[in-house]
Amino acid sequence: MTALLHDALKADLRETILAVPGMHCAGCMSKVERGLGALDGVAAARVNLTARLVSVRHGPALDAKALVRALDEIGFDAQPRKDEFGPRVSAVRPLLAPLAVAGFAAMNVMLLSVSVWSGAEGTTRELFHWLSAAIAIPAILFSGRPFFKSAWSALKQWQTNMDVPISIGILVATGLSLYEVVTGGRHAWFDGALMLIAFLLIGRVLDAMMRDKARAGVDALLSQAAQGAMVVGHGGELAWVEARALEPGMVMRVAAGERLAADGTILQGTSRFDQALLTGETVPVALGEGELALAGTLNLDAPVDVTVSAAGRDTTLAEIARLMEAASQARSKYVRIADKAARLYAPAVHTLAALTVVGWLLAGASLYQALVIGVAVLIITCPCALGLAVPVAQVVASGALMRAGLMVKDGTAFERLAGADRVLFDKTGTLTLGRPLPDPAALAALPAEAASVALALASHSRHPLSRGLAEALAQAGHRAAKLVRIVERPGEGVMANWQGREVTLRRPEAASGMAVALTMEGGPTFLIPYSDRLRPDAQEAIAQLRGLGLESSILSGDRVEAVAEVARELRLTAQAAAGPVEKQEAIARLQAGGHRVLMVGDGLNDGPALAEATASVAPGSASDVGLQAADLVFVQDSLLAVPRAVRAARQTMAVVKQNFALAILYNVLAIPLAVLGFVTPLVAAIAMSTSSLLVVGNSLRLARAAK
Amino acid sequence: MNGLLLLIPVALLLGLGGLAAFFWALRSGQFEDLDGAANRILIDDEEDDAA
Repeated sequence: MTALLHDALKADLRETILAVPGMHCAGCMSKVERGLGALDGVAAARVNLTARLVSVRHGPALDAKALVRALDEIGFDAQPRKDEFGPRVSAVRPLLAPLAVAGFAAMNVMLLSVSVWSGAEGTTRELFHWLSAAIAIPAILFSGRPFFKSAWSALKQWQTNMDVPISIGILVATGLSLYEVVTGGRHAWFDGALMLIAFLLIGRVLDAMMRDKARAGVDALLSQAAQGAMVVGHGGELAWVEARALEPGMVMRVAAGERLAADGTILQGTSRFDQALLTGETVPVALGEGELALAGTLNLDAPVDVTVSAAGRDTTLAEIARLMEAASQARSKYVRIADKAARLYAPAVHTLAALTVVGWLLAGASLYQALVIGVAVLIITCPCALGLAVPVAQVVASGALMRAGLMVKDGTAFERLAGADRVLFDKTGTLTLGRPLPDPAALAALPAEAASVALALASHSRHPLSRGLAEALAQAGHRAAKLVRIVERPGEGVMANWQGREVTLRRPEAASGMAVALTMEGGPTFLIPYSDRLRPDAQEAIAQLRGLGLESSILSGDRVEAVAEVARELRLTAQAAAGPVEKQEAIARLQAGGHRVLMVGDGLNDGPALAEATASVAPGSASDVGLQAADLVFVQDSLLAVPRAVRAARQTMAVVKQNFALAILYNVLAIPLAVLGFVTPLVAAIAMSTSSLLVVGNSLRLARAAK
Repeated sequence: MNGLLLLIPVALLLGLGGLAAFFWALRSGQFEDLDGAANRILIDDEEDDAA
């Protein structure tokens, strides 16, 4: 059947890529692939688990919306992937080919070198040296490029980084070895140079893998945001228009439970809007005809028509984006700890090598002898272990954090996070869950059959309040009752018939705050109030942070009363009604006072603050802007992720410093040997491997850092 | 010595073959989804209806 379809449609197949952030195991993969494969018109579906994407080849009868619906039925949230991501830029891929070449060449050259070390003489040695040169020189030029490029761009700006001593060491060793080969000398250092490149590339590949993984996780979360709107045409027809194609003057029809894709004035209808993501305000705002509704806000009650007044670059969002850009530029001036070390290290070893040459010349050695010893000093001090000290520690720690549900987007995040001494929390969506949840006391008071009716009704609506209710009731162990004649009326609620009685779940007539009413014909009406609750463990997390020496306070855009309530509960100081600019200023003020600030926030209004802060953390439920601006993203509900990240960062930095100490200790032991001229290629190879192994072994202790 | 003249080219060719195979794998996208590849082995190929 599928084969027939396949043949019939082969000519007209198209590919759609969907982001499915909920996939995490083999079971999910096979469910998604089979679920989609069973659809009429689907030729093939292939999951990419790393990127949390599924690419579907299908006939023209299907569109992305139909595929999303099919996935929704088997229990996966999906979104068509945004185009602007394009094919993902992988940091690992460009490094894999150099690593493979360096590995291949290092092994072959080592094989030849071992024969030379074990006493090959005369023409055999010469043959082996020539072979080594033939393999090594092209391999070094190809696989060393990542280092040469980075070193060159640093030198062009009269700066030095870790790659400068590495590149100089590699190039000098290669040049000298070539000279030895041509003149029939005894020592060629090709194996050392190649091994150095291979070790360092392994460190960089691991580092890049970590960043790729975190980026993929965040990309998958990002794809969930609203991407467009149903636009009402002149003849009343509806068409889906992508967010960036929206233009002022278009009329969007926004269903209850949808987010607005652009700013606009309400043309028709009234509803309440949840602006929490944009301003941090938790109480929904009622808006009527002629009033301004902002992009990113959630329509809660009824469908409304909205005339687009600003789209794309002109929205409130654009202003926030500009603030963020300015803030992140300031942060990019941060100097990595490895480069800081290199600034001290590189001049020291280069001076030492030069002094060695001069010293041997003064002692009466020939120019050739003096140069060979100088090169040995350069090779032995080439910071192999130093180059691995930082990336390996960061990779192991971020792998541990990833398993604990914390994605580290940037390697330097550890360095910045470890030094933080002050925490600022946004309230809505950060300290609180940011979504209205039914009051647990009211749910507990529901009779069992009322609860099962409520669950059945709620599960037939995609309204955020219904979904929250359905989730809470299902978690409490209730089963959905069997209903017939189910109707959902937007703006009113869900109506159905249960055992001959009319039952409804609807908006209460006179509600203060958020609530739903459950009515059952011939029975009482139950009112279920909703509120935004503190994240689990918020108290505990703040206590732990205090234990780590980080004082917390609240920085929120919400109204004073709402913030005061949370501040009282957590016993924190707070600043309320702060806009994006005020938040940024508050952080700048603390930083000017010598503090290093960790910002934890989620909303669009937190974006500039997240970018300005020394380090930043966002929950996985955060807005696009929040996710992009934050250094770390945590996916569970518990706020304990924040102290856990701080602890892991401090442990990582402790291990990094130990690694530096180990690497320098090795150099202190090896340099006198090199200066005195005792170092041969064999000694260099052994020294380099042992110091690298020491550093890697020490870093592996971080595997339990997320505990 | 004569053995070496044969063995060294053989060793190098085998190594180069491995390298070429790796490049082929890289080009054909086999390193695009390492997590997926690790998990795919756990998927049962039989239809679930039987279970």
